[in-house]
Amino acid sequence: MNPRLVVLWTVGLLVALALPHAVASNAWLNFWINTLMFAALGIAWNVLGGYGGQSSFGHAVFFGTGAYGTAVLQIKLGVPALLAAPAAIGLGALVGLFIGGVSFRYGLRGSYFALVTLAFAEVFRILVSSFAFTGAGFGMLIPLDQRPINLQFPSRFAFYYAALALVGIGLAASAMIERSRFGAYLVAIRENEEAAKALGIDVFRIKLGAIVLSAALAAAVGVFYAQYLLFVDAGSAFGPAISVEALLGPIVGGAGTMLGPLLGAIALHGLGEAAKAAMGPQPGLNLILQGLLLILMLRFLPEGLIGAIRRWRGHA
Amino acid sequence: MGELGIVVPAVLAGLTTGAIYALVALGLTLIYGVLHIINFAHGSLLMLALYAAFFLKTLWGIDPYAAVFVLGPAFFALGYVLQRGVIWPASHGQDSMILMVTLGLSIVIDNLALALWTSSTRTVDLPYAFAVIDLKLALIPLPRAVAFVAALAAAGLLWLFLARTDLGRAIRAVAKERLGAQLVGIDVRHVYAMCFGLGTACVAVAACLLLPTFYVTPQVGHAFVLVAFTTVVLGGMGSMEGALIGGLVLGVVETLCGLFLGESLGQIGIFAIFILILLFRPTGLFGGKSA
Repeated sequence: MNPRLVVLWTVGLLVALALPHAVASNAWLNFWINTLMFAALGIAWNVLGGYGGQSSFGHAVFFGTGAYGTAVLQIKLGVPALLAAPAAIGLGALVGLFIGGVSFRYGLRGSYFALVTLAFAEVFRILVSSFAFTGAGFGMLIPLDQRPINLQFPSRFAFYYAALALVGIGLAASAMIERSRFGAYLVAIRENEEAAKALGIDVFRIKLGAIVLSAALAAAVGVFYAQYLLFVDAGSAFGPAISVEALLGPIVGGAGTMLGPLLGAIALHGLGEAAKAAMGPQPGLNLILQGLLLILMLRFLPEGLIGAIRRWRGHA
Repeated sequence: MGELGIVVPAVLAGLTTGAIYALVALGLTLIYGVLHIINFAHGSLLMLALYAAFFLKTLWGIDPYAAVFVLGPAFFALGYVLQRGVIWPASHGQDSMILMVTLGLSIVIDNLALALWTSSTRTVDLPYAFAVIDLKLALIPLPRAVAFVAALAAAGLLWLFLARTDLGRAIRAVAKERLGAQLVGIDVRHVYAMCFGLGTACVAVAACLLLPTFYVTPQVGHAFVLVAFTTVVLGGMGSMEGALIGGLVLGVVETLCGLFLGESLGQIGIFAIFILILLFRPTGLFGGKSA
């Protein structure tokens, strides 16, 4: 690694560690926990949608499986969160394996893949809100019991560092994808699937690997969400808003880049927060601005913020 | 009677719900079939048209059925401008990006409605809203029957338009072979925008027919958008008769699932069909050409 990069990463890490202590306010802390949580979700989406070029419009299905998995295991089966969390992540990966298995086996791509993922998320949402076992229409409340074995912590700082760790794991996975043969195959499939197949790449297995990894990461974020709020309900865990949130950050920040989803999430949530500060808590305002930002980015900077930075540095 | 006494009214109710699905899907299949893109803003535009019809009624007393003649052209113009002024330039002509642009549009439109009109549910009072037609076996609400007939008429008109007019031929040419169409002198950007405008006009018509028996909230489009996609995929992209039959089938499936599985599981049948069709027959039941 070149020494300038080492310095940059060290500074970045120190800033991230010190960030929650910079301003002593709950709103500041909440803002960063939320932003990092959705940044981690964007990083998860980016594995499949960014590097692999398979745009999912239903990542809520993996996020929700993680959130509901950990909640149901704790509430209905009495499993402590420390064990329920990895089980829920495994469950998310299994759902990924299933959805990827059927859609890639039947050759769904592009808008068809987007639609089928959207439909799976809706099916899960309806199923979860229909059965008493999963709390039906009321959602599920995880009982408050602040012990480390329950993954509940009295201090919010613990959640900040947990979210930071999720982002770190996601970035490490992205870095490994960028350096590995698997990642090179994945990018080749995105650029030209027919050519990749002709060169002897097992397209089905590579895409399956990408969706399983992406799903597991997204489920981990779902687990975090459930442990942080101690409440899950079908509409917010499996709803389209989560699926949109998952892809918005990477698209704005730069899909298929390591830091794009993180930058995108910070930009989108920062914009929303700034709007709130400037014009008061008007419902929908932050989302209007985020939607406008998305359209403007696509129009003028289709490679995202990372692409813009790269271009600027290329000119400088 | 027994079982049949429940099933026949359910099927009839399903057909009238399906007619609305078909109307919403007609506009989408036009856009989907020609532009080959998913228009995520379709539901949002439906919501916008519902609000427009609602305010025409409450502020100026214009009946929703009369509003068709105002909102149809107005939404045609809106769609044309959106495609030409926003979607085309922002997507750089790439399919995967059009998807994202329409998603951005839907986010903006939905939340603009939320900011302007709050999230409260609104309905209109109409003297004929509760009038029914007695078919012996079942009672059909009059506005539902009107929507049913209008869906048939709209599908027929669109089919005629595509089959018989110059613009219709140009649209089909662009749908089949964009580059070839461009080479023989068809203005592709204009055809795209006309298509989007027509699709949006269909949504406005659907909204006017829907309002008498339905409600408006900023989220109302979500309930329709996935059903509309299912209808389009089931019927075959760009096929008017496919969208009509697909919509009717889905309406019946939904009410029957709701009847036998319980209200909250009603839409499961729709999504199950959607996933199965996407996996096993993505060209749809009536789609001859491959996707």
